[in-house]
Amino acid sequence: MSALVQEMVGKALKLGIPLSVQLDLTYRCNERCIHCYLDHHDHGEMSTPEIKDLLDQMADAGVFYLTISGGEILMRRDFFEILEHARARTFCIKLKTNGVLIRKKQAQLIHSLGVESVQVSIYSHRPEVHDAITKMPGSLRQSIDAIRLLRGHGIHVIIANVLMVHNAQDYAGVKALAAELDAQFVVDPTITPMMDGDRSILSLNVDEAALREVFQNEALVGNVEEFCAPPPGVDEDALNSLPCSAGHTACYVSPYGDVYPCVQFPLPSGNVRHTKFVDIWRHSPQLNEVRSIRLRDMPTCSQCTHGATCTRCPGLAFLEGNMRGPSYQDCEKSYARTGIPSENLKKRKASTRPLQLIQICAEAAPVQVAEKTTSGI
Amino acid sequence: MNSKHYLARSTAIAARALGDETMIMSATDSTLFTLNEVATVIWGSVDGATPLEDIVANEICTQYDVAFKAALEDAQVLVEALVGHGLLIVSDKPIGQAASMVTETA
Repeated sequence: MSALVQEMVGKALKLGIPLSVQLDLTYRCNERCIHCYLDHHDHGEMSTPEIKDLLDQMADAGVFYLTISGGEILMRRDFFEILEHARARTFCIKLKTNGVLIRKKQAQLIHSLGVESVQVSIYSHRPEVHDAITKMPGSLRQSIDAIRLLRGHGIHVIIANVLMVHNAQDYAGVKALAAELDAQFVVDPTITPMMDGDRSILSLNVDEAALREVFQNEALVGNVEEFCAPPPGVDEDALNSLPCSAGHTACYVSPYGDVYPCVQFPLPSGNVRHTKFVDIWRHSPQLNEVRSIRLRDMPTCSQCTHGATCTRCPGLAFLEGNMRGPSYQDCEKSYARTGIPSENLKKRKASTRPLQLIQICAEAAPVQVAEKTTSGI
Repeated sequence: MNSKHYLARSTAIAARALGDETMIMSATDSTLFTLNEVATVIWGSVDGATPLEDIVANEICTQYDVAFKAALEDAQVLVEALVGHGLLIVSDKPIGQAASMVTETA
């Protein structure tokens, strides 16, 4: 994060402005990825006028960074109408898509609308692996074709490589593919529970050995010694620190108008079909509760040596039952990174539960680790 | 700059007011800019129809303790910088409402 962006985030935090929002237009998708956390059935998506009105409200509330995602965004026939409206309201827009429906015309439109970046998920450079994960034959070829078209227009493309047991060894191949396509590469060893709390897909997470390999890879994390350094412990500043931007300068809106602190933090905080976006942002008891939490309020994490450096996701902690508690998956991550067990892991030492790995954060790394949340801004 | 200068914001930008400042991102290279309070007043007054000279006289000189000539000179420097980064368009005639950013429908 540049100093200027950091300054703007600090100012937004002080002013209580939702600087960054992820809006999912649909949960429908043309792929059926084995690790997906969404229910793809349409349970009543917002209409075009509803979304346009929401965009107007968000612009008025001060939202600057708008991530438009899904599902597959191009499954909505009104996608470009929505995108044009969003650009007319001068959002800085990042799109997340699998690219399968992007042809010349769509690439040209995305270019002409001045989108900041387009993120495309590529699971492997090998079609048999990628297509097995998406359950869509030919999807790797189609996604690569889309990336070429987008790059042909000079659009900033980010290839997101989510790692799981099926493709744990393929990140080097995807990174090479990204270089060939002149796209940015981010790797994310993160499989999250489904939004309804179903944790069965967590079995797809890479094992500890594979995660250690990622953490020890200089090409991915930069300075390995620094990245894997023992934690410095928790001081007063750390105790007063915020867990992440969820609910502070960022939030998430579902295709049904539900507002959550983050896409990975499914705490229902209001619905824009009943309440103005800005009123939910300012007055939702749920968001205000999330905002009130500091490290010192977390009984286990505040006592943990990893407290100041842990990438603990409050959403994952919430999904484990307590938004003030530790996220077991992040504890495992801190352990894999440093070799030092967290307080939570020590307490659960006797547990036979397999290690399941979630997100790493390597802000200083030359290859960024993908953000699942909107907290990266 | 001797005659009247009309200004319009580029459509290839993202922009948002943040308190009394404005953040602007160029869509061409993702460079982020911030405008201070006074520059934000000018930015907010840009409508394609009001000349810079009138913006300075009516919005700057009335809100801040500054002489018109000095304020206009500063404003011209700002405008030139913004034009240089592709954030503003300048013309010696009023600029009509920007054309739709897409020329065809999906």
